[in-house]
Amino acid sequence: MTQLLEALAWIADPTRWSGPGSIPVRLLEHLWYTLLGVGIAALVAIPVGLLVGHTRRGRGPVVALSGAARALPTLGLVTLFGLWLGIGLTAPVLAFVILAIPSLLAGAYSACEAVDPRTVDAARAQGMTEWQILTRVEVPLGLPLLIGGVRLAAVQVVATVMLASYIGNGGLGRFIFLGLNLSDYPQMLGGSILVVALALVIDLALRLVERLTAPRGAART
Amino acid sequence: MTASRTPRPSRGPALGRRSFAALAGTGLVAAGAAACSNEDPLAKESGSSSGGSSDGGGPATGALVIGSQQYYSNEIIAELFAQVLEDSGASVERQYQIGQRDVYMPELESGAIDLLPEYLGNLLQYLDESAATGTADDLAIALGEALPDGLRVLPHAEATDQDSYTTTKDFASQNQLAAIGDLAGVEDLKIAANPEFEERPYGPQGAKSVYDADITVVPVSDSGGPLTLQALLDGTTQLADIYTADPSIAENDLVTLEDPESMILPQNVAPLVSERIDEDAAAAIKTVTDVLTTEELIALNTKSVTDKQDSATIAKAWLTEKGLLGS
Repeated sequence: MTQLLEALAWIADPTRWSGPGSIPVRLLEHLWYTLLGVGIAALVAIPVGLLVGHTRRGRGPVVALSGAARALPTLGLVTLFGLWLGIGLTAPVLAFVILAIPSLLAGAYSACEAVDPRTVDAARAQGMTEWQILTRVEVPLGLPLLIGGVRLAAVQVVATVMLASYIGNGGLGRFIFLGLNLSDYPQMLGGSILVVALALVIDLALRLVERLTAPRGAART
Repeated sequence: MTASRTPRPSRGPALGRRSFAALAGTGLVAAGAAACSNEDPLAKESGSSSGGSSDGGGPATGALVIGSQQYYSNEIIAELFAQVLEDSGASVERQYQIGQRDVYMPELESGAIDLLPEYLGNLLQYLDESAATGTADDLAIALGEALPDGLRVLPHAEATDQDSYTTTKDFASQNQLAAIGDLAGVEDLKIAANPEFEERPYGPQGAKSVYDADITVVPVSDSGGPLTLQALLDGTTQLADIYTADPSIAENDLVTLEDPESMILPQNVAPLVSERIDEDAAAAIKTVTDVLTTEELIALNTKSVTDKQDSATIAKAWLTEKGLLGS
């Protein structure tokens, strides 16, 4: 209990909340890296996932590839890219993109696949183009699953963004690594608690979005 | 359309409200129970991590336990000691790549480890920061007082492996840099170093107070390894904290800035031993430390980094070359 209290006291210390290395600055950096990672991954993974889900083709290779990507250890990727691209933001963000892609991909193709094929058939029979089917039928009906994929990716990335500070960037990982190396355990635990809190907040916020985007009036068979 | 089937009940949320509450409740109770414990998970129980027994007697076989830090160069030095000790007739157990001081110091104190190659400055800084100034001999004397009972340092070697302010040849010639003091007045200086370098007395605070140089630390957590080197070489930082026994300084034509005020603590290699190391063992160890200079250490490190040999091979070759085996 004492360690937990010391860590909470560290967080509550008012000097931590202003200045260049302060908690709000690191929190914002942490969020920004998460947004970069998930955002860029979404630009790549969601179109591919929607295509796979809509055409029902190519699912096998895509699932296999994303499974392989899940197995890649992010710290190893950060170090590898750091050696190729130098320290800075590009290397870790690339690693986070690779981390986020599997969940986003899965969210996108399961969003399409979850729609009742009879509904899609009916839409096709009415003369809708494939693009119209995708945007007016499949995505609106499957949106909660898509957001679910974004949520899973975001939580995974926010928990891993601490690695960005391994090679010279900011984020809450600064507290964790500095605390670890200095044996300043209140700082290390405090940083960890902040990451956990951030992950929970993001999870709850996106769950809310999921609930709100559930299409009203969708028939539940 | 197929004939109508009995409508299935609507698919509610995957986790029903009741079971969600139960899960959350269990989670809270478990977290509370864990948090209520006053046991310090970060305190090392003696012998729990190194596998040695907690009665201070080392492994039951009576072998001497030699440990090393999580640093390839330290492991090579430990292997040198291990091989001369085995050659002198002692039985030896190796436990390399242990970790930081707060992990292995309790092991040394409890007797789970008997010998570990240390560095004078960092060891004294860990034990008694205020005493950590002066020459290598001053530090050795101060260590005699600062070390807990049962531990002592044997005579240190000439070889050092200390932090440094290292820069590229181009940057040094552009700004006429030969010593750390020449950095005063140069703007936008960044040094790639471990995050804790920020807090060290020979870090940016020391550089400012002793040499009037303004330097910001860019934390790269690989202890002067390839990422730190890369940051220096591609110009992201102007300086890097690369250890003086690192072969990459010579390989990349880097310039280590001089430290005339001895701000950076001397880090001579010094064997840290427990009481189980007797006169004979100490004498065997001394044959190594008498011959180990910084050049020799760099050569040993080069074999590991460039030729990718393992510590046992490197140690054997070096000891044979120096005629220290077969006594």
